[in-house]
Amino acid sequence: MTALATQGAQAVQLVGVSKVFGRGPQAVVALDQVSLTVAPGEFICLIGASGCGKSTLLNLVAGLDRPSAGTIGVSARQVALMFQEPALFPWLTVRGNVELALRARGASKSERRSRTEQLLDLVHLSGFGGKRPHQLSGGMRQRVALARALAQDADVLLMDEPFGALDAMTRDVLHDELDRIREGRPFTVLFVTHNVREAVRLGDRVVLLSSHPGRVADEFEVAIPRPRRIDSAPVAELAATITDKLKEAVAGA
Amino acid sequence: MIEVTDQLNRRLPATPGNPLAKRVWASAWPKVLALAIVLGIWQLVHLSGWKKLIFPAPGPTLASLWDQAGTALLWHAIATTVQRAVLGFVLAVLIGVVVGTLVARIAPLRAAAGSLITALQTLPSVVLIPFALILFGITTSAIMFVMVMGAAPSVANGLIAGIDYTPPLLLRAGKMMGLRRWSLYRYLILPASLPSFVAGLRQGWAFAWRGLMAGELLVNIANRPSLGVLLSTDQAQSDLVDGTAIIIVILILGITAHTAFGLADSAIRRRWGLDIQT
Repeated sequence: MTALATQGAQAVQLVGVSKVFGRGPQAVVALDQVSLTVAPGEFICLIGASGCGKSTLLNLVAGLDRPSAGTIGVSARQVALMFQEPALFPWLTVRGNVELALRARGASKSERRSRTEQLLDLVHLSGFGGKRPHQLSGGMRQRVALARALAQDADVLLMDEPFGALDAMTRDVLHDELDRIREGRPFTVLFVTHNVREAVRLGDRVVLLSSHPGRVADEFEVAIPRPRRIDSAPVAELAATITDKLKEAVAGA
Repeated sequence: MIEVTDQLNRRLPATPGNPLAKRVWASAWPKVLALAIVLGIWQLVHLSGWKKLIFPAPGPTLASLWDQAGTALLWHAIATTVQRAVLGFVLAVLIGVVVGTLVARIAPLRAAAGSLITALQTLPSVVLIPFALILFGITTSAIMFVMVMGAAPSVANGLIAGIDYTPPLLLRAGKMMGLRRWSLYRYLILPASLPSFVAGLRQGWAFAWRGLMAGELLVNIANRPSLGVLLSTDQAQSDLVDGTAIIIVILILGITAHTAFGLADSAIRRRWGLDIQT
């Protein structure tokens, strides 16, 4: 749909990124010398135990926070962020929520209208545009959040445990949806999760972070062809390998 | 998708047959009951013979109310009072919104004015009447001044609290979307602070109404009959029957306004989904 402005270059590049919260003896090192290169259109899953600075990393890439050391290069026009909570605006309808993202980037009224319907159709929510967020189920709200993120027309989509609060069935459906949407438009994804199987199911590459402080402990290429199933044998096998490594990383902390 | 749709349908609240009538009745019946209790106690006090010569009985009082409702004077007084109430409240809201927005946005102003606004809120507005009388004379402006000083701090505080408690997650979402400065304000912070703002309006109204009544009782403007003037005339003539009838009128007006704010409040809560238990 939209050609990546930086074909061939890196979509996201982190070099020696550290993040320290607080000062003096109370200081907490959330991230320590993290280096990571993400190619355009690549789907990276970040996993690690709690406290490994996964969310901090996404905030840094999103530009919501500044690193204490190191450099972050994001060669994308627009970065979108999806949270574990849908973070929809309760005073707006589903349509209004999606339209606001389009309005924020200056889309005209007619463009907003047609694009919103298109996006709601894409996440299988056409016909629900007039509902308010509280009238939807958790999975549907997350679909709206996805539509809103896509409305930002981002080249890089950051996802912070977006399906963490959903039941397994709904989550599986949304995994398929995400794959399907990326077939049409292969944007870059940085996906944070603590669910190893989910990481293997979705990612082209799984990056394992150790905790206290957060470091890149290991990386795994996921060579399993798509479409994948979260309960298939190759996914389970690789997930088991990664889980073992994850346990080592947690024990070593 | 069919499963998901079914799930949605189940979550949608069923629409009752006649929601408006039900809502009115639900909010009306406790008031009807309270009224009956008050009338009962009132009648009992009268029957006990306490201060028999001057204490007004319910029957004559309601008859007086009926009689006065047939005169142009009462309606003229109601019109004057309601007009002042609306004007004073609107003025208080305008000033409260401007002050609240400035204080919430400008940090140094915040430190200086924030506690001042709260302090002003604790000041009973009736004590400002001597000040208002000397400043404005025996005029409507004096009454307006008392109302605004009573109500504007509550309105400002409601707005400031709403702006302060905009959920940080929504702020992050808004910033990621590219909302900046004015657009962030217009599309995120202002609507997010609406429930708190309405609570502030409600409280501000209560103060404005008290201020207005105190003002009308004490700032006696010649040839401008208002409810306060009628009441103080009845007091001067020791006519507690007519006076109590006026008090009932004031009570009815107050309850009407209170109900209107309640309806606005619950409409917003419904719209936001705050009433639905999940």
